[in-house]
Amino acid sequence: MADIPIAETLDCSGLLCPMPVVKTNKAIKNLEVGQILEMIATDPGSIPDMKAWAKQTGHELLEAKEEGGKYRFLIKKTH
Amino acid sequence: MSDQNGRRRLAIIASKGTLDWAYPPFILATAAGAMNWEVAIFFTFYGLPLLKKRLDASVSPLGNPAMPMKMPFGPLEKIELPVPNLIMSNVPGFQQMATALMKKTFKKKGVATIEELRHMAVEMDVRLIGCQMTMDVFGFKREDFIDEAEIGGAATFLEFAADANVSLFI
Repeated sequence: MADIPIAETLDCSGLLCPMPVVKTNKAIKNLEVGQILEMIATDPGSIPDMKAWAKQTGHELLEAKEEGGKYRFLIKKTH
Repeated sequence: MSDQNGRRRLAIIASKGTLDWAYPPFILATAAGAMNWEVAIFFTFYGLPLLKKRLDASVSPLGNPAMPMKMPFGPLEKIELPVPNLIMSNVPGFQQMATALMKKTFKKKGVATIEELRHMAVEMDVRLIGCQMTMDVFGFKREDFIDEAEIGGAATFLEFAADANVSLFI
């Protein structure tokens, strides 16, 4: 998904629950609708939590995967 | 989706004031706030001091029989100290040591402090309701608590909780 333009990257490495979702929610507020936020985390719990967060907020989780011990999320702001 | 503006609601009663028990209400409240839920926490009995301007929550081994005691760093990090509960709580200074160890371990692992979580809850407009009756019983004054706290009673909380999707007693 290297061709997706990323508006902002948020690094949540080293942070545990609930910080990745809290910081993601804060960061996405500063984007325009349609823009994409990249979030990097090291907490394995961030995978299920980010999926739940996306379901609850309605923002679109384009990608959630592990890459070399880190978790990378791409979130599209939908509203 | 029970309130008028379509947001989900979380209603929490925080009844415990030790450092370890201070975490669940604030973690759940901020996670729910991050999902755009409406949240209120009712701080009552031993939970009320969590609204004090200066937090001084400590951890008590008493009543936590399964509490693992670990050194936060160094060669003892991997070793659990299965000290019997009653012995731990009778050693002078143990509570201070347990509190310091828990704070260090949490910081090292990347857990936010209670102060940070409470600040985030305020930023998310989480309603922080201090129990008037507990204030009267334990002799707290309004000015002991952060300005963002509101003071109310059981009816204040229940009025909010009546339309909650999730209600928790912690």
